[in-house]
Parts: sequence; structure tokens; C-alpha cells
Amino acid sequence: MSTVVSSADTRRAGAGPREDARAQAAGPKPARLSPGRVGIYAFLIVSALFFLIPLYIMVVTSLKGMPEIRLGHLFNLPSEVTFKPWSDAWLHACTGRDCFGLSPGFMNSVKITIPSVILSILIGSINGYALSFWRYKGANLLFGILLFGAFVPYQVVIYPLIIGFRIMGIYSTLTCIIIVHTIFGMPILTLLYRNFYAGLPIELFKAARVDGAGFWKTFFYVMVPMSVPITIVAVIIQVTGIWNDFLFGIIFSGRPNWPMTVQLNNIVNTTTGVREYNVNMAATILTAAVPLAIYFISGRWFVRGIAAGAVKG
Amino acid sequence: MASVSIRKLGVSFGSLSVLRDLDLEVAEGEFVVLLGPSGCGKSTLLNAVAGLLDIDDGQVWIGGKNVTWEEPKDRGIGMVFQSYALYPRMTAEGNLTFGLRVAGVAKDEIAKRVARTAELLQIEPLLKRRPAELSGGQRQRVAIGRALVREAGVFLFDEPLSNLDAKLRTELRVELKKLHMTLGSTMIYVTHDQIEALTLADRVAVMHRGVIQQLASPKEIYQRPVNRFVAGFVGSPAMNFVSGELVANSDPVLRTADGTEIRLAGYPFNERPQSGRKVDLGVRPEQIHFDSTAPGATALPLALTLVEPMGADSLLWGSIGDQSVSLRIGPDETHKIGEKVNVHFQPAAASIFDAETGERL
Ligand SMILES: Nc1ncnc2c1ncn2[C@@H]1O[C@H](COP(=O)(O)OP(=O)(O)OP(=O)(O)O)[C@@H](O)[C@H]1O
Ligand SMILES: [Mg+2]
Repeated sequence: MSTVVSSADTRRAGAGPREDARAQAAGPKPARLSPGRVGIYAFLIVSALFFLIPLYIMVVTSLKGMPEIRLGHLFNLPSEVTFKPWSDAWLHACTGRDCFGLSPGFMNSVKITIPSVILSILIGSINGYALSFWRYKGANLLFGILLFGAFVPYQVVIYPLIIGFRIMGIYSTLTCIIIVHTIFGMPILTLLYRNFYAGLPIELFKAARVDGAGFWKTFFYVMVPMSVPITIVAVIIQVTGIWNDFLFGIIFSGRPNWPMTVQLNNIVNTTTGVREYNVNMAATILTAAVPLAIYFISGRWFVRGIAAGAVKG
Repeated sequence: MASVSIRKLGVSFGSLSVLRDLDLEVAEGEFVVLLGPSGCGKSTLLNAVAGLLDIDDGQVWIGGKNVTWEEPKDRGIGMVFQSYALYPRMTAEGNLTFGLRVAGVAKDEIAKRVARTAELLQIEPLLKRRPAELSGGQRQRVAIGRALVREAGVFLFDEPLSNLDAKLRTELRVELKKLHMTLGSTMIYVTHDQIEALTLADRVAVMHRGVIQQLASPKEIYQRPVNRFVAGFVGSPAMNFVSGELVANSDPVLRTADGTEIRLAGYPFNERPQSGRKVDLGVRPEQIHFDSTAPGATALPLALTLVEPMGADSLLWGSIGDQSVSLRIGPDETHKIGEKVNVHFQPAAASIFDAETGERL
């Protein structure tokens, strides 16, 4: 052990004398990996496996037929690959009495997510813009309240919201769930945009005012074009958050509009007949596909957007 | 072209009162520079003229019209900011034309104005570039262009050159002066650089703590500062101050704490000097010479302490009692440090301030 450590030390010393390294070459030849490195990689690989094994089991199981699953060889690759569970999950799996698979849920999630994301980002960015440039009376108080909103447990507001929407007559509709997502997206989005705009030079805003641009023109022509990086962050946060939502979906959207997550839950928990593990696995992967895709596509942009505070014109 | 008149202007931020009861008249076509130390309220005054902040008190008139409650765009002003403040997502041309497009100016008129402005500022080759693709000097040119295309009567500059390196600053300073001569527009220019102020201005307004201390031609400001603040702030190297007590004989004399007497014959006192009054005598380094032949020259006994070479000339430091005095000497002159010498200045060209109020006597 001691020889290994000392060899690592000479390495760290940079241009350490080669002779030393060679003298110790009697032991295991030091490759590029120092013991510290090995430890780090080992840890990373183990954690990656920890998270990947369930995914592996899900993928493998979803490609097996039921008879093969019953054999109980959880880790085995499918002896006969079948895509039927996937098409079943998408088109035929039963939730209660309906057997249309996940596809209606997917469509519902799209119908909920797209307008919610657009609306919440639009309002959040306008909020942030107004709060950082138009320092109207009570702006700070409003911002404080909004931030406070980020810490209120959802459970506290759900019932009052239900009553409110009932009275307005839009409870259990698409509109209702879109409004809910928009409201709950407000604190984080306002904070995100306010901090972004607060980092811009106030003179930019003054220049636009001298140029005759009012509240909206300054926003749309000057601020929005500069907001691309932060908007990418906002889109990622909102799409994944809203797509993954279960609680609001089941409460506020109404049965015909239930999002994919709720339908997934119902498919997995349907108790009639045998439990079709392969279909369940396929359905789960399908539901997770959208956030996964977003992360894979935009990971690079996400980091860039987070660092975008430093972007100067 | 338009005149600007600021009347009894008061501006405060919360409980911090920045400008109080401020009056300023700028004539048509005049170039007025607001000069003062950081935080004295120059930008605040300029923003008040532009209409970019709420004022508490007073009025702003531009071109004979009360614009106190007008939006910036309706005041007939163009403004250039210290940080350029170009719209980063628009090309230089887009920056120039944004205001005109917002105002709904006709396309061919816009093209005409852009062409004219671009030619004037020599930025034609830059028009298609984004601000990020421009150098600092080019950005500031575009920013000036954005103010010019508005063809406003009054141009407001808030330290437009302070982000540029020294060489570029000199270049653009000359160009701004030329621009003013070409256009003849009224210009209000904020800076804390006294060279800019003295070279560019028709009149300089020296500000301190939100109050205009003196509003006069650069020459007047330099030669006859109205108070100690102006005297000390303008001029580099700074004016020398020697404090002491007035002795009003037939020839008034300044007696310093260590008993040195400096004759002040020829100084144009505003009022009869009173014996025993504590005063500060202000003499600029270039007004002090070894040569005693100048008419009316008076002697100043100095113990030499230090030479500071400054390139074109050197600064020789000496002391009267415990007070330091500097004078400009040629770069090749040599003097013995520690030596006691007599140097000379003309009281007629000096300044004397009351030690308590700081006012010129
Ligand atoms: N928006 C604001 N809120 C509060 N105080 C302010 C605000 N703007 C300026 N001040 C204060 O008003 C005073 C004058 O500021 P101003 O910007 O006019 O100074 P300035 O003369 O332009 O200084 P500089 O040369 O540093 O630009 C300063 O004390 C500053 O702290
Ligand atoms: Mg300023």
C-alpha cells in the first residue's frame, strides 16, 4: 500500500524524477489511474448501476411475454423479444372499464402541459420584468408574498381552490388544471425572471424609455429577445414539473382530462385479471419518456441557461 | 435645437434628498458640462431632465415648453449612457432605428436618417453587426448615433467616455466637440473628468452634494473659482492652499501659523479685508515661479522637500511650516532638496477663501 501511495505522490509533484517511478516499477505498474481516481470511478459506477438496474429490469421485462415473466428470472434478457406490451400499454391497457391504453392520457398531458407552460412562463416573465424595472408601489411586498407562496404546502390550498373553482363553475375542466399549474408555477418563475432581469443594466431599460417604448414594447422587443437562456431553464422546469404532476391532475382536471400520470397509476393498479408486469413496465417508461427526452435534449442548454446571468451584451 | 431650463428642481430617493432647489439655464446650442465628484447628483439631474425619474419639486422646461410631466420620448431629447445600453439582440442599425420604428416614422425617412447619422459618425460598415461584435469605441459611437437619429433638440450625455481607454477617450472627445460644432445642438454632458469638462464645455456647472457651486466658462472656473471646493476640485495637479490669518495694513498680508508673512498686494478683494480673519490662500502650481521679475510678484519662502517627475514637467514640493506647496518646474531643472528658497507668484491671479465658509473673498 505504501509504495502505491508514494508513487501517487511523485506524480502529484509534477515533474518528479522519473528514476523514482521506475525504481518502484517492481510493483504493479502505475497506469494513468491513481488510486483516488479508481475510488471515484468505482463509486460513480456503483451509483450509476444503482439507478440503472431498475431501468434495466423495466426495459427487459417490458420486452418479455407474460409466460417468460412468470419464470421469475428478473435479470435475464428476453428469450423472445416482443413489443406487444408496448402497444398494449399505449392502446389497450385498461383503466377501470375503459381499455384505450395510455394514449388518451398522453394527449391529455400534452393538452395540459403546453398551455400551462406557455401561460405560466409568459406571466412569470412579465412579473419578473415588472418587479425589476417598474418599481411601482408595493412591488417588494408583492414579491415577498409571491416568494412566501413558494413555501406554502400544497395541501393547505387545495380545498379552498376546489371551492373557488366550484363557485366559478370551472372545477374539473382543462381550464381549471391549467390555471392551477400556472398559479403554482408563479413563485419560482417570477423569482427566476426577476433575478435574471435584475442582472441587466437599468440603463438598457432607460434607453428603451427614451426611445419611446412603453411597458409592453420594452418587454417584447428588448427584454424577451434577451431572455432566451433563462426561458430554456423555465421551460425545462415547467415541462418536467407539470408532466410529472399527479396530485393536481387527479384533483382538478376531471376524469376525461386526467393526465398520463394518473392513467398510469390506474393501469398499474387495475386489479381485475392477472397483473401484466410487462405492460406496466412499458407504460411507466412511456410516461417517463417526455421528461427524459427533455433532459437529454436540453441538458447542455440547461447548464448554459443557469450560467446565463453572466451574459453581457 | 432647444433651450433647457430647470427651475427649483428637487429630487429625493426615499428620505435621501439628492437635489434641492436647483436652477439651471442652458441656452440654445450651448454645451454645458456637469462636473462633480461621484455621488453628487449629476446623473440624477440628467435623468430628471430626461424624465426618467419622478421629481418632487420644480419644473423642467425644454424648448420653451413645460415638460415636467411629459414622457421622455415627448421631451425632444436624445440620451447617451455610460454603459452604452445598446440592445444586445439588435444590430447596430436596429439599435439606431428602434425608437423611430416605435414612433412609426416612415421607412424611407428612417433610411435617410440612418444614412446621415452613420456617415456623420463613420459607422456605416458596422450597421449590420450586433453590439457584441463591436469594440468599446464602436459601441459608444453607435450609442451616440442612436441619440442622434432622433434629431432631438437636446442631447444628454451621462459619462459617455468613461468606459473607454485613455487614447480612445481623447479621440472621441475631439469628435464630440466637432459634432457639437456641426450640429449646433444643445448638449448637457455629465462627467467627473475635468479635462473633458474644460475642453468641451461652453460653460461648466461644478456640482457638489446636489448643489451647483459655480456655473461659468471653463476659463472662469479655472481662474476665479467661487469657493474652495471648486478651486480644489478643478485643476490637476490640484491647487495649493496655504492657510493663515489676514493682517489688513495698507498692504494686506497673510500670516501663517509659523509666522511667515506673505504679501497679498494686488489681490482683487471683493470686500475690504478684515484683520484677524482666517483664510486659505489658493495658488495653482503653474502660477508659482522662481523668477521674481514679474510685475506685482510676491515672495513665498519654501523649504524644498521632493521632486515628482511627470513627463512633460515635474512637480516640485516644498513646505511653509507644516503646509505643503507644489510648483511646476521644467523636466530638466534640478534643485537641492532641503534647501530654503524664495519662489514667487502674483496675488492678482491667486484666490483667497474664507476658511470657515469656503467662499471667495
Ligand atoms: N435609484 C436610487 N435610489 C436611491 N438612491 C439613489 C438612486 N440613484 C441615485 N441615488 C443616490 O443619489 C445620489 C446621487 O446619485 P447620482 O447617480 O446622481 O450621482 P452621480 O453624480 O451621477 O455620481 P457618479 O459620478 O458616480 O455617476 C447618490 O448618493 C446615490 O447613492
Ligand atoms: Mg452618474
